[in-house]
Amino acid sequence: MDLSIFFEILSSTIRMSVPLILACLAGLWSERSGIVDIGLEGKILTGAFAAASASFYFQSAWAGLFFAVIISVCMALVHGYASITQRGNQVVSGVAINMLALGLTSVIGNSWFKQGGRTPALGDTTRFMPINFPGRESLFNLPVVGAISKIFLDHSVLTYLAFAMVPLSAWALAKTRFGLRLRAVGENPHAVDTAGISVAKLRYQAVIIAGILCGVAGAYLSTSLSASFVRDMSAGRGYMALTALIFANWRAWPALYACLLFGFLQAIANFLQGVKLFGFEIPVQFFNALPYVMTVILLAGFIGKSIPPRASGVPYTKDR
Amino acid sequence: MTPAIELINIDKRFGAVHANNNVSLSIAKSSIHGIIGENGAGKSTLMSILFGFYAADKGEINVDGKPVKIKTSTDAIALGIGMVHQHFMLVDPFTVLENVILGAEGGALIGPALAKARAELKRLADEYELDVDPDAIVGELPVGLQQRVEILKALYKGADVLILDEPTGVLTPDEADHLFRILQQLRDQGKTVVLITHKLREIMAVTDHVSVMRRGEMVATKKTAETSVEELAELMVGRRVLLHVDKGKANPGDVVLDVKNLVWRDRKGTPRVDGVSFQVRKGEIVGIAGVSGNGQSELLDVITGIAKATSGTVMFEGDDITALHDPAILRQRGMAHVPEDRQHRGLITSFSAAESAILGWQNDPKLGRSYHLNRNAVIEQCRKQMEEFDVRPADPLLKSAKFSGGNQQKLILAREIGSNPDLLIVGQPTRGVDIGAIEFIHKRLIQLRDMGKAILLVSVELDEIRSLSDRILVMFSGRVMGELDSSADERECGLLMAGVVKDAA
Amino acid sequence: MSQRGELPTWVDIGLIPLINLAIALFISGLVVVIIGENPFRALWIMLEGALGSVKGWSYMFYYATNFIFTGLCVAVAFHAGLFNIGGDGQAYVAGLGAATPGLLLGGALAAVLPAGISQPITILIALLGSIVMGAAYGWVPGYLQAKRGSHIVITTIMFNFIASSLMVYLINNVFRPVGKMAVESRSIDDAYILNFRELGRLVGVKLPSSPLNPVVLLAFLAAFLVWYLLWRTKLGYEIRAVGANTDAAIYAGIKPQRIIMIAMAISGGLAGLVAFNEIIGVQHRLLLDFVGGAGFVGIAVALMGRSHPLGIVFAALLFGLLYQGGTELSFAIQTISRDMIVVIQGLVILFMGALEDAFRPWLSALFFKVED
Repeated sequence: MDLSIFFEILSSTIRMSVPLILACLAGLWSERSGIVDIGLEGKILTGAFAAASASFYFQSAWAGLFFAVIISVCMALVHGYASITQRGNQVVSGVAINMLALGLTSVIGNSWFKQGGRTPALGDTTRFMPINFPGRESLFNLPVVGAISKIFLDHSVLTYLAFAMVPLSAWALAKTRFGLRLRAVGENPHAVDTAGISVAKLRYQAVIIAGILCGVAGAYLSTSLSASFVRDMSAGRGYMALTALIFANWRAWPALYACLLFGFLQAIANFLQGVKLFGFEIPVQFFNALPYVMTVILLAGFIGKSIPPRASGVPYTKDR
Repeated sequence: MTPAIELINIDKRFGAVHANNNVSLSIAKSSIHGIIGENGAGKSTLMSILFGFYAADKGEINVDGKPVKIKTSTDAIALGIGMVHQHFMLVDPFTVLENVILGAEGGALIGPALAKARAELKRLADEYELDVDPDAIVGELPVGLQQRVEILKALYKGADVLILDEPTGVLTPDEADHLFRILQQLRDQGKTVVLITHKLREIMAVTDHVSVMRRGEMVATKKTAETSVEELAELMVGRRVLLHVDKGKANPGDVVLDVKNLVWRDRKGTPRVDGVSFQVRKGEIVGIAGVSGNGQSELLDVITGIAKATSGTVMFEGDDITALHDPAILRQRGMAHVPEDRQHRGLITSFSAAESAILGWQNDPKLGRSYHLNRNAVIEQCRKQMEEFDVRPADPLLKSAKFSGGNQQKLILAREIGSNPDLLIVGQPTRGVDIGAIEFIHKRLIQLRDMGKAILLVSVELDEIRSLSDRILVMFSGRVMGELDSSADERECGLLMAGVVKDAA
Repeated sequence: MSQRGELPTWVDIGLIPLINLAIALFISGLVVVIIGENPFRALWIMLEGALGSVKGWSYMFYYATNFIFTGLCVAVAFHAGLFNIGGDGQAYVAGLGAATPGLLLGGALAAVLPAGISQPITILIALLGSIVMGAAYGWVPGYLQAKRGSHIVITTIMFNFIASSLMVYLINNVFRPVGKMAVESRSIDDAYILNFRELGRLVGVKLPSSPLNPVVLLAFLAAFLVWYLLWRTKLGYEIRAVGANTDAAIYAGIKPQRIIMIAMAISGGLAGLVAFNEIIGVQHRLLLDFVGGAGFVGIAVALMGRSHPLGIVFAALLFGLLYQGGTELSFAIQTISRDMIVVIQGLVILFMGALEDAFRPWLSALFFKVED
């Protein structure tokens, strides 16, 4: 195996991890507040569509990001309304959000751009491109050091934002008043209520944060990783982020590691098609399925134990 | 001196239930004030109103002599009222410090509040014997310490008045004594404590004043020093007219149910049934009296095979059934069970009456061969039972939820008695049931006894126990406190129910 | 406590689904307006596309066949108090059970037996194979829920993805004949079911081409059997008791763990019938993604049909109509893509499943006002 492929895989790992990290953190915020979020996938998808469309229309990647966040938050609010205000079934609501997102992005995209659900290709000026810091080219041209630094430095601002969100989320959850209350409401909303804090308000805030993060994840997909939106481009990343969240036992730093691991598996699957290892050809599908298989085993308690926030999925009512 | 709290003419209804009927109460500053009463007397409702959890329909509240409106618990906290709920309001995976500052963080970052709380907790620990490791995870603490965290939470938020709702229900006697010392120190430092309980021992041990509630009304307020256990027991239970049940003398026969040293521990290891022994014979009704939550439900679960005994034995008709743990087999062998909670266990409210009327008997061959369930047979059986037990409306296809409480209960009794059991276990046979149905149900139980069946009756209604039972066992804290015969007077029962054994009192 | 009384049954099972459908269609209409088309014209094209020709009807029933199976799959799990999102994966894996008998056995049997006997036997084995594979793939999440405490929703989601990877691998590496470009098995020549057009030709009746085949009758039979199971057998009673009130079921001596596993196996088996329809009835080969999201449509169908087999048959036909009408619509109006149906589907699930109670109080108030 060529060393350069190895570097390529690592670089790709980072790119593959970015949407997973953002969506996983979105799920983290939502579920730590007690709102189960199956709808990450749908929010990413609407975000991706909004970003590509707005970026094309306004000829600005930042406008794309802005609209991605707005639209994704709208979807999040639908979920919030169903699960917080109406105390509906959160799983069903999430499934509905995913279908709505898939249908709406495809129908509207098809009618607006008439390219079979694809949005027009974006030029480099209307995308989030790798940051062009000074001395970049000469650094990358160095032997070995260049290749290694390229793994970490050849990325857009959204990538760094995603990675920065991990310590930020961990810090906010652990050290701020908001984080404390949010964690409390996901474990025992009665305790929060009797302390004179609004359960609904906290949960709405959490759901909105999830919307914002998913919006960014979507924008990354359509305006950084690729240059347009295509139908169903989230391709199960929301579900994989959910899987990573379970794998990480609903914690921020482990979520990063889980997403990097899953991103690594995706990168391998992309690069190692047909590559033989120890004389065996390991099928691509093996790497695709591995995150889910590992999580099923983990959930079944065969290795360690993954325990969700106690109140997650349970609508809050005052009487016990 | 102005009282710390005055409640004036508080009135609260929940649907048909008059939980608080024009209740007034005055609580002196720097005192421990006990509120005592049976289940459903309205104690917890009254305190929930004071803490802003429910809104009263009518009435006024004064704090420190000033009229106040308490709409939410935030209002109550701001007025210096703190509450320790019966079910703790704690976040289990949090540390003690995090629990204490929740809702009183003082700023966007919790660092300063944690530091402040750490210092404050140290002070409180020194002052009131309230020491807890501030960095311990609350969920890993024993219940006694968890309760201390609840008290610390209230004090940290500046509570001058501390309400404790049945605080000793989960404590060992030693822990309870420690709690009382803490409460006395709080009082000595100028705090006001309201103690809700049904245990007379506690009232006598720590309170300065005691108010007695019965059926939503405030019956009396006394200085503890000027009253006695006997007087309070009588006030609490009331002098009720014994329900008239025509009942001849029992003719007890062979032992049907023989329970020996039965113990059942919950997940946390607390014994909820703690070494219970008794027998039930053919042709007699054995009543188990007690305030609810003293282990009766758990006892029934173990006997009927729903829960598995931790130790001890249960013999049914001479066979050891302790390890069986299978309600279906016990039913086949002739043990029928009318559960305490008919809405959640006795029937399935979304099923038709006919379907609810076969719950537990669904595999009866009479209802269809092998896998088949013969709908006509099910309906026909239900129709017969409805007729025999006068269930109204006599419509087997009506949803179970649409019957009144009394008719639901008759439906369940019909099902369980209809199977012609050797032993009938009945929990709360008349809870939420109208007078007419009560009489009917009581008659049927006596009838069954006279047919030579064994009956084990559990009820929190003392009247019911006394009018139906041939022998009475009183349960308290998972133990049988004593056995009385049916002629025992209510005061004697009341004392045992409140955990006072006569010789010791 | 605040319940004023319950709504009459006809409101509950008839009016509420209709109102929800109306709201879903109304919002979809708004989407149509937003993209600049006339919603009434769109609706008309859909109705005409599905109901205006024999071909339209045929397709509608073809789609409904799969939706009845997946709707029943979701409903049986619902009755046991479980939310089975894994219908897609269960149907996909069941493809192995449907295709293998024809591919492996079909030829061998045909060699020793006359075609009139070998074919029905192979088809029957394929039918059993579909059910058994689907059931097994549903049973595992049931087992993990009952015995290991894994949440059924999460596990079935995982199992969908695992199924997808597994099937892509198997079809590509095991079933695909050497040298064949398309990722699919060779065609099953010895055991398949003729569609109605081909059957019509045999007796001299000319029917329009459509994938509709006699498996649709199996779908109706399945609906009847599920009804019989749930309301006329002791097992069905126990399944419903566990779903309606687990505590009462335990009191009644029912073992919820056992019921959960059985219900999930039945649920998966029903999903497996989708594979039988698609592979033996329509495609006559094992191919990628033949389930086409039917498992998810099943959720909408079960919610819409109130988890009752009769309701599910109607709801499945309704979604069949939407799918067929939606296809016609996308041909007639280029700007409206076929994914419009997915929007409607999502809205139906949202309103029937998650916002079910949103306007119930309002309807309740209205209803009792009228009654007073």
